[in-house]
Amino acid sequence: MRLSKVSTLAAGVTLLLTAGCGGGGETAAPSAAATTTGPAPGATTIVEPTDGPVKRAQADLVIWADDTRSPIIQKIAQKFATEKGVQVAVQQLEFGDIRDNLVTAGQAGEGPDVVIGAHDWLGKLVTNGAVAPIELGDKTSQFKEVALKALSYDGQLYGLPYAIENIALFRNVALAPEAPKDWNALMDNALKLVKEKKATVPLGLQVGPEGDPYHFYPVHTSFGSGIFATKPDGSYDPSQLLIDDAGGLEFAKALESWSKKKLLSADLTLDIAKEAFNTGKSPYMITGPWSTEDAQKAGIDLAVDPIPSAGGKPAAPFVGVQGFMISANAKNKLVANDFVVNYLGTPEVMKELYDTGKRPPAMISVYDQVKGDPIIAGFGAAGDIGQPLPSIPAMDAVWTEYGHAERDILLGKGDPEKLMKQAAEKIRAKIG
Amino acid sequence: MGLTATGGGRLGVRRPRRPRPADGRTTSVAALAGKIVLLGAVNALAVFGLLTSFAAGDWGIFGFVAISTVIADYVYFSKRVAAGKYLLPGLLFLLVFQVYIVLHTVAAAFTNVGDGHNLDKPRALEHILAVSEKRVPDSPLYRVAVVTGSGGTLELLATDPAGQVTLNGEPVTAGVTRDSTGKATALDGYRTLQLRDLTSRQEEVLDLRVPLGTQGALRTQDGATGFLARPALRHDPAADTLTDVENGQVYRASATGYYEAADGTHLTPGWTENVGFDNFARVLTDTRLRGPFVSVFIWTFVFAALSVLFNFALGLLLALALNKPGMKGRNLYRSLLVLPYAVPSFLSALVWTGMLNQTFGFVNQTLLGGADVPWLNDPWLAKGSVLLVNLWLGFPYMFLVCTGALQAIPTELNEAAKIDGAGPWQHFRQVTLPLLLVSTAPLLVAAFAFNFNNFTVIYFVTGGGPNIPEAPITLGSTDLLISMVYKIAFGGAGREWGFASAMSALIFVIVAGISAFGLRRTRSLEETYS
Repeated sequence: MRLSKVSTLAAGVTLLLTAGCGGGGETAAPSAAATTTGPAPGATTIVEPTDGPVKRAQADLVIWADDTRSPIIQKIAQKFATEKGVQVAVQQLEFGDIRDNLVTAGQAGEGPDVVIGAHDWLGKLVTNGAVAPIELGDKTSQFKEVALKALSYDGQLYGLPYAIENIALFRNVALAPEAPKDWNALMDNALKLVKEKKATVPLGLQVGPEGDPYHFYPVHTSFGSGIFATKPDGSYDPSQLLIDDAGGLEFAKALESWSKKKLLSADLTLDIAKEAFNTGKSPYMITGPWSTEDAQKAGIDLAVDPIPSAGGKPAAPFVGVQGFMISANAKNKLVANDFVVNYLGTPEVMKELYDTGKRPPAMISVYDQVKGDPIIAGFGAAGDIGQPLPSIPAMDAVWTEYGHAERDILLGKGDPEKLMKQAAEKIRAKIG
Repeated sequence: MGLTATGGGRLGVRRPRRPRPADGRTTSVAALAGKIVLLGAVNALAVFGLLTSFAAGDWGIFGFVAISTVIADYVYFSKRVAAGKYLLPGLLFLLVFQVYIVLHTVAAAFTNVGDGHNLDKPRALEHILAVSEKRVPDSPLYRVAVVTGSGGTLELLATDPAGQVTLNGEPVTAGVTRDSTGKATALDGYRTLQLRDLTSRQEEVLDLRVPLGTQGALRTQDGATGFLARPALRHDPAADTLTDVENGQVYRASATGYYEAADGTHLTPGWTENVGFDNFARVLTDTRLRGPFVSVFIWTFVFAALSVLFNFALGLLLALALNKPGMKGRNLYRSLLVLPYAVPSFLSALVWTGMLNQTFGFVNQTLLGGADVPWLNDPWLAKGSVLLVNLWLGFPYMFLVCTGALQAIPTELNEAAKIDGAGPWQHFRQVTLPLLLVSTAPLLVAAFAFNFNNFTVIYFVTGGGPNIPEAPITLGSTDLLISMVYKIAFGGAGREWGFASAMSALIFVIVAGISAFGLRRTRSLEETYS
């Protein structure tokens, strides 16, 4: 849900276009900057290049990755290519476009061998038959359990976990020297700073035109509510929507009061919140590791803390797990498995990946190496009480209505309880 | 595309028209050479297209390219089909970009294609079976090497955790070469395959199953490690059913495109299935859609009509103002006015959204000195705001069209009107406007059809919002029919392309009907004034 509108639409348009020319059997060309790292010397038995107008690069192993990860993956792939005498190509795509392009390419039986992806894509990828299960063997014990659980769907593991990410509370130490002990302390300090004209945005909690349930979720869960109840096996139960339970309605009323106190604003977008925080005009922001680098570059004395509880219960953010997945239509499943399991799944590679992206690692030994970093530790502490972002398809039906309800409450469009209940009814109708 | 049709191309070209060369023969050699070069390029492109579509086994595209190339060559080399020379490129593009898309959409409308139903049936089945094969819980892991014997068939040389070595399930002791970790890497009389050798035979490697004990079969996915796996489902091709090996649950292929059990649970993925008129029936019978449909239809109509009216009025006004001959810097003004047209519309739309932000936007904060006008948050103001943004995006087009059309009005008519004593208003009302409408009316109809489906502006400026909480479906005050379709088809649990196509097809019928009516009216206008 952090996808920008633009990239979502771009993906949608790509899909529309490909649906339009699906008869042609061609798939949307990802904005591919293919870089071939091979052929290696002595690679005599290279698989013949695939015939026809396929969009995949011509190599034994094709990896789709986003711009931040592809340079490092390419480096690792180079080593693999030389050692094993195979050709590897890394194609660069927008992170948000990988999911839909994988599904679209899969319809034609095309696509890459390996992608980097987020665990909450699995519902879509598995129901469309776009990814293949992976067997990590005895490597499973090297990864955090929450990461493996998140990457599992219907009892099968679909990826090699690489990073765990969640949101936390960003604090500008110059404006707020101490971590707030609870939500009221945060609110008092934030509003005081605005009153003293030391800040313009009291709390950078982004809303945007359609609401932002992802960023509001820890506040919601701190009232003892959530989105879906869990089944005995720990997976989410789409038939039990929780957003309008007692805790959810408490949360709704609290939202209204915070809007009246001007702690939150329905008009606050990510850009505005980020701008205010990075220019020292906002003491707090609820955001994730993707904002760390910019804040530090802007010279903010940054501290990352767990999100304080507003409703008395733990403020559990969504936890997202990123991993390497193998396409169900991989041309070279064997090479892909070897690369992912035996090459990427090593502490050295995981450490290298951490060094470029600074996302909290999913491999336990690597996490232990880096947890001395206070920022990583802050995200880790916030995420320890987190809940995996639901990957079931029913979640798609939740985002919009749930977000609209939160936004409408902030706008003061009516009784908060009623708005939340109306949204819940619509979501139940959609899930069916 | 309408620009060239009405003489937008004449911008800046002074009348009288460019004189034609008096003698056609002097240019014919050059013209012929040019023609041959151009057609040669087209044919070369076509051959390339034929080769690639042939390689991909795409006979539809192959046939289309072949036939259209033959027709093109005939039309441009023949002396008989003069009209065809002008019509052919347009016709081909119409076929590819309009007719094909419409037909494809209509075809999709009769299927359930969408999330969970994207594959064809054999591939869906293949995938279900592949995923159903799971590792036997708590079974040991083997380290394997793939070797070939004298017969050339692939065999698995496996080392179990205790160091025991088996070849295709049979224990071997003699002739085994082990590496430093104790893994068996080679066997006398057999050749060990390296990864790069395996890639060319990987289907065989992946299909290898070595029965080992009673629990399952040894297989490898990477050529280096092996595990015991067993399938959870068994396929019966005769009855087309899948049976759960453990609990005996039977899944039958159903008309909804799933393998479905009696209790309604189904296996994923499903496949694309023809569903007849189901999608259309759902559009017309779903009571939750009926109420919103009427109000959204009215707003869509109003939005399209007002957009055309405002854009045309402003474009015409500016065109008239800048049509005065001898005005200084006229071309500069004209270029400046076209600028909004040159910026990608989604970019402008996003900038407008930021400027109209109630709390932080430029309009309220700076222009209105800290006002609190809910530009995008109030249902009515939001409607006004999208019209405003659409005016910004749309008037340059109308300005260009009107500028071109104004220059095409004979100056004699203006002089005649002056002599007859017509005032400026009368002159505009009775001479300029009617003549202008003759050439621009078809474009106005096209602009109406375009704005009827103007998804970009709505999606980027308001996202259809502000949200209407009491609506039975996800709906906002500025949603057009097309953005409503988007929300219904893609806002639920998964994307329903088939259903979206059915709704799009219905909207197409509406737009086509309105356009046909508009164009008929245009024709009567033409007959009156020409």
